[in-house]
Amino acid sequence: MNKLPLFPASLPGKAQWVLLIVLALAAPVLAGYFGRTWVRVLDFALLYMLLALGLNLVVGFAGLLDLGYIAFYAVGAYTWAFLGSPHFEVHWPFWAILPLGAGFAALAGIILGFPVLRLRGDYLAIVTLGFGEIVRIFMNNLNYPVNITNGPQGINGLDPLVLFGWDLSRALGLGGLQVHSLYLYYYFFLLCVAGAVVFIHRVQVSRIGRAWAAMREDELAAKAIGIDTRAMKLLAFALGATFGGVAGGLFGSFQGFVSPESFSLMESIAVLTMVVFGGMGNIAGAIVGALVLTFLPELLRHIAVPVQQSLFGQVLLDPEVLRMLLLSLAMILMMLAKPEGLVPARARYSRTAHLEGRA
Amino acid sequence: MITLLEARGIGKRFGGLTALEDVSLTIRQGEVYGLIGPNGAGKTTFFNVLTGSYVPEAGEFVFEGAELPLGKPHRVVGAGIARTFQNIRLFRELSALENVMCGHHIRTRAGLWGILSQNRHTREEERLTTERAFELLRYVGIEAVADRVARNLSYGDQRRLEIARALATEPRLLALDEPAAGMNATETGQLRGLIEQIRQDGITVLLIEHDVKLVMGLCDRVAVLDFGRKIAEDVPAAVQKDPAVIAAYLGGGPRHGQ
Repeated sequence: MNKLPLFPASLPGKAQWVLLIVLALAAPVLAGYFGRTWVRVLDFALLYMLLALGLNLVVGFAGLLDLGYIAFYAVGAYTWAFLGSPHFEVHWPFWAILPLGAGFAALAGIILGFPVLRLRGDYLAIVTLGFGEIVRIFMNNLNYPVNITNGPQGINGLDPLVLFGWDLSRALGLGGLQVHSLYLYYYFFLLCVAGAVVFIHRVQVSRIGRAWAAMREDELAAKAIGIDTRAMKLLAFALGATFGGVAGGLFGSFQGFVSPESFSLMESIAVLTMVVFGGMGNIAGAIVGALVLTFLPELLRHIAVPVQQSLFGQVLLDPEVLRMLLLSLAMILMMLAKPEGLVPARARYSRTAHLEGRA
Repeated sequence: MITLLEARGIGKRFGGLTALEDVSLTIRQGEVYGLIGPNGAGKTTFFNVLTGSYVPEAGEFVFEGAELPLGKPHRVVGAGIARTFQNIRLFRELSALENVMCGHHIRTRAGLWGILSQNRHTREEERLTTERAFELLRYVGIEAVADRVARNLSYGDQRRLEIARALATEPRLLALDEPAAGMNATETGQLRGLIEQIRQDGITVLLIEHDVKLVMGLCDRVAVLDFGRKIAEDVPAAVQKDPAVIAAYLGGGPRHGQ
């Protein structure tokens, strides 16, 4: 088992994993001690982890700067809204909607991928940014002449996540104990994140992960050793988008409401910030980045509002403004102090355990 | 001897500049074939056209009896031609081993499903890729730095790593673009040994090189390019005496010799 770059190196690999799993399982209980809001924040942190993991695959592994990633989140969320809400009076089960949402997102990824195959760096970033905005604007305006998305008002009353008859939006009675819906969602999301980590790690340590890394390091050389960069780029876009689509569906069911507002450029940038802040190109980095940058603004929100009220008698700076301010500040400080991110682990693309001692 | 690669009337222009004009040459199986010429003669352009980086305006390549796809680098590699670069182009942040493993990409088949399920075929293929990459590092003599990141290797080791990576594509023809550039006499000597070894192991070598001693000592036949045209093709000793070649290198124009 690999060592995680999160804990002191003195701790053996197995112990680190056990500690991590215990922490992950106990987290909502600890957070609940400070109030349910914090469990909710944890739930969102897990959704952002899914997004950051997916975006890291595109930006960190394949080296394709994508500033419109949130569009895939939107595709997933709206798929849930169309197929599981009173809006069209369709109520499909989750096992049909989630894969469909993921599939549509992957399709959107390929549609974005084709025209940008020859672009890279700044140019790629601009086009993907435009793509993200196009999707959002579509959602905003497709309420006329035929009402598809309900426009800026968004769609209400999305079906909650029902796992084969078990409704996660209702508290679960365990003996005398009532387990609130927020906890149930937490554990389901945790399962999704764990699945995503296994998924992505397997791809990373494979011929596909290596092909992406090669392409990122030197596209011309990658071609010259026989990598079909066209196919590999499309695969990166599609696979990255899939995670966005799944996260979007989960978001819709969890929130019960979607509107174009949730999928602005600022959200794309927030997710990208998480990836870069945590450490681009490695799984642990994306996870830590998402966790820290979901919690910091919330923490600040809880401090900033009462502090401003007691100092000025009113709230001068809206917490949402503070969030962007804080993200930018965190980014600037990180680039100054540790440009390689919070968890600067060199990603591995091979398993070499069986070769040890032969060199 | 059997013909491995035949270039027929290759022409390539960049705007008004004719980089290659009607270049035809034949490389036989198992030989080391040198391609020399003054700076700007079109040697690297020929490499780029052959390996699919550029599309030629005229001509075609026949490799092992089949026409090569033009302008499709990965298919050229698939057909069995691998190359190295004049200025080393490694995957700098990957380990030496991973660099070579990347080279095996085209010879492996595992798809997304196999990778996700880690089925037996995928695991076997991955194990083979790793083993083979390690063997190739040993073959070029740098297995001791297998785990080190490519950008931290010494210059000579980087050159060797690039050759190992090209060999990982299992080529029938290995095209080396100035492999001895920047090497000292000892390193060049070792490189010569390596190229001879590669030839002995049945891989034909196409060599662009400025080091005349290396070319004359190593190559079975040599072609000379000047201003995009082939002016000679023969065994090294004959080429050395060819008046057209001497003129191209030493005089007949406002160029400095090599």
